[in-house]
Amino acid sequence: MRIGTGLLLSLISGLIWGVIAIVITGISLTLITGLAATPIISAGALAGAVNAAIIISRAPKNRTPGLYLVAFAAVVIAMMLVSFGMPFSLSFSQNSATQAFGVGLIALAITFANRMCLMDAHAGMLKRYSFDLVIVRVFKGLGFVFFSVIVILPFYVMVMTSLKNQQDLFLNPLDLSIDLSQGFASLTDSYVELFTQFNFGSFLLTSTIVSVSTVLITLAFSIPGAYAVARLKFPGQTVLSSSILLIYLVPMIVLVIPLYAVFSQLGLRNSLVGLLIVYPATTVPVALYMLQGYFRGIPAELEEAGLMDGLSRLGVIWKITLPLALPALASVSLYVFMIAWNEFLFAFMFLDDPGIFTLSRGVVSLNSSEVPRQHLMAGAVIATVPILAIFLWFERFLVQGLTAGSVKG
Amino acid sequence: MTTSHSTQTPSATAPPKKSKLGPMARREAKLALWMLAPTFLIVMGIVLFPLLANFWISVKPVKLSDLRPPTPVVSERVRGDMDVAGEEFRIQYRMRNSSQTGAIDDVVLTDTLPSGITITDIDPACEITGQNVTCRLDRLEGGDRQRLELKATANTDFAANPVSPRDSEPTLTGTSENILTNNQFTLDNFARIFDSREFWSVLWVTIAYTVFGTLGALVLGLFAAQILNKPFKGRSIIRGLFLFPYVAPVIAVAFTWVILLDPFNGTFNAILQRMNVTDAGVNFFGQRALPIDIFGLTIEFPLALATVIAFEAWRYFPLSFLFILARMQSISSDMYEAAEVDGASPLQQFWHISLPQLLGILSTLFLLRFIWTFNKFDDIFLLTGGAAGTRTLTVDVYEQGFALSNLGAGAAVAVAIFILLLVFAVFYFKFVHREDQ
Repeated sequence: MRIGTGLLLSLISGLIWGVIAIVITGISLTLITGLAATPIISAGALAGAVNAAIIISRAPKNRTPGLYLVAFAAVVIAMMLVSFGMPFSLSFSQNSATQAFGVGLIALAITFANRMCLMDAHAGMLKRYSFDLVIVRVFKGLGFVFFSVIVILPFYVMVMTSLKNQQDLFLNPLDLSIDLSQGFASLTDSYVELFTQFNFGSFLLTSTIVSVSTVLITLAFSIPGAYAVARLKFPGQTVLSSSILLIYLVPMIVLVIPLYAVFSQLGLRNSLVGLLIVYPATTVPVALYMLQGYFRGIPAELEEAGLMDGLSRLGVIWKITLPLALPALASVSLYVFMIAWNEFLFAFMFLDDPGIFTLSRGVVSLNSSEVPRQHLMAGAVIATVPILAIFLWFERFLVQGLTAGSVKG
Repeated sequence: MTTSHSTQTPSATAPPKKSKLGPMARREAKLALWMLAPTFLIVMGIVLFPLLANFWISVKPVKLSDLRPPTPVVSERVRGDMDVAGEEFRIQYRMRNSSQTGAIDDVVLTDTLPSGITITDIDPACEITGQNVTCRLDRLEGGDRQRLELKATANTDFAANPVSPRDSEPTLTGTSENILTNNQFTLDNFARIFDSREFWSVLWVTIAYTVFGTLGALVLGLFAAQILNKPFKGRSIIRGLFLFPYVAPVIAVAFTWVILLDPFNGTFNAILQRMNVTDAGVNFFGQRALPIDIFGLTIEFPLALATVIAFEAWRYFPLSFLFILARMQSISSDMYEAAEVDGASPLQQFWHISLPQLLGILSTLFLLRFIWTFNKFDDIFLLTGGAAGTRTLTVDVYEQGFALSNLGAGAAVAVAIFILLLVFAVFYFKFVHREDQ
């Protein structure tokens, strides 16, 4: 085995992966099972380095499954030796199966990560190309872990908190395990209570009505407008198509005070009609911009042929343009639905009457010290699940909508 | 984003060439106007009108309570026996002004009296026509109370079967001055906003939040896009997962963060303590400054602000990630192949090929996100409510207008925001929009 930058790099890679693997596995074990595990970081680091050294000791083409098996075993042995048999600071007699599973997982993760990172690297002096390649791989791997953790952790905490009760949470905030033996009914206590006592069924319905109506109104307004901007010639067309985007730049909070004042005097403030006037106003420009871009992509010849055949303008739009633009309509609708569903500011400022609360407004009303926090989190889950389900189901359209129209956040 | 569609425009924009036909072109323009009219109306009414109305409200001494206009309120009472014929009894109208400050003019009271009673004495402000009483007052000052009295006697029919005069509700009308529409102006709101030292600290917080929040979201997005650039199994699932923070409702994720980072029993603090990173719970959203010692030098690290910025970067990295990824996928692979042949390392390829190609989208994203972050209200409001040194201009609008009930001052802050935005918009049109064409 030659010794050079390759070995050095592999040791660093092993060190990093060892630390990451033991920390994340340790914390995950705690969060999932409720064990009071504190991972011994040095054990993971050393085991990772040993693993990398074993892998790099052979030239890339000579790395057999047997070598990886040895490397895997080396992780387990090194970790046990360094931590005196307690890699999670727990005596191994306690929950031994879970701990053994954790150790196996760490060894597997380290071996896999090192194998991917050191795929065609050798122990000797590395050329700049392979040197950079290893570094890039390590960083990409770290990125994966980092993003997965920051995305999954909050959502995991949200769901698990909603299934627990306040005393348990205060006793040990790390224990997010759920006791399945208590039965489904007591597990979903918070949800049942929200729907029976906090009126969440009505909030859900109101949110759905408001969001769907907003989509319909937005489409009714923006389709003709977008068609006009895209196809018809009129003075000021270019100015309009570029300045419609300026509406994007107007902050909603600036509109709140005048709208609050005017709507209060008109009696529109504490009403869904008021919301249904404000929401489309904020989504129509976005929808118009997205749709006009799409309409322009439809060959004008098709429409001209329709006009020749004696269809009126509106007939052309209805029979030719809209059917062709269906995917775009789907993206726009989903996107507008998402905005309306998630909208918080106007729902919060306008609605006082719990009978017409939207979900956003309803969840905010749970944010008080008298309401236990699992209720708040259950409310958050109720507000999140429908929109995430729709998103996952129609991901392609929504992603298209997001990228095509440039989204106001 | 603005870029994605503009590339198609040159070929497809050209509408049917009819410009030479005068009447037809005019008809087309008219049709276009009709089709655009609803959009115009709603944007005018709900966006542009309020924008300008802010300027008006900001120079009015208007409080939240002024939105309920002063209204006259009346209660009617009967004193004496009305079930004894010939006995005199009194009907009283007690009026008051619901507002403590605003006066009401031209107050008119009308009421119908039951038949069978005779009015013997009447307040000079009132007159009787048939069964109807009409009373007029010129003015009812703010907080003022007035009493009008009629004396009446009942006849025998009535006394046998008395009907209370209170059964007919008196109606009371009046005109009060609406502080929103009168011509009373003041510059107090601006004086109050700009004089306070708070405003400038709010401005600094806004700038820090905007700049670092934008940069954070961009850098994270760029990083995430690099990871998912090359196809692999399960890429679309991971991409969907990475979009979660953006798609989920802000109330849900904001409250989750608050609970996750709770100083006493939040999971994140518990993890930190378990890993021996900190001894006691860190109050991420409540602590204004965290003293950090670096070589004997103590730096006050704005903890709450940093946490709010981290939330902003976390929530909006998916958006920049999506755009950057879309742009990266459209970079021709020829360039990378050529670079590979020349022996350029992955880092060199990123630095010399990807980054220059991404510069356009990165600068567009930076500007748009900069403005949207600047405009952001919900996130900070839900996370900290603007406490612990996290109050931005947008939160200040709410604070002044609703928490302190001073609509005028809130509107004054909104005007300041609007003017700053105008500067950004000029920037936008000068640099970004030109790039799109």
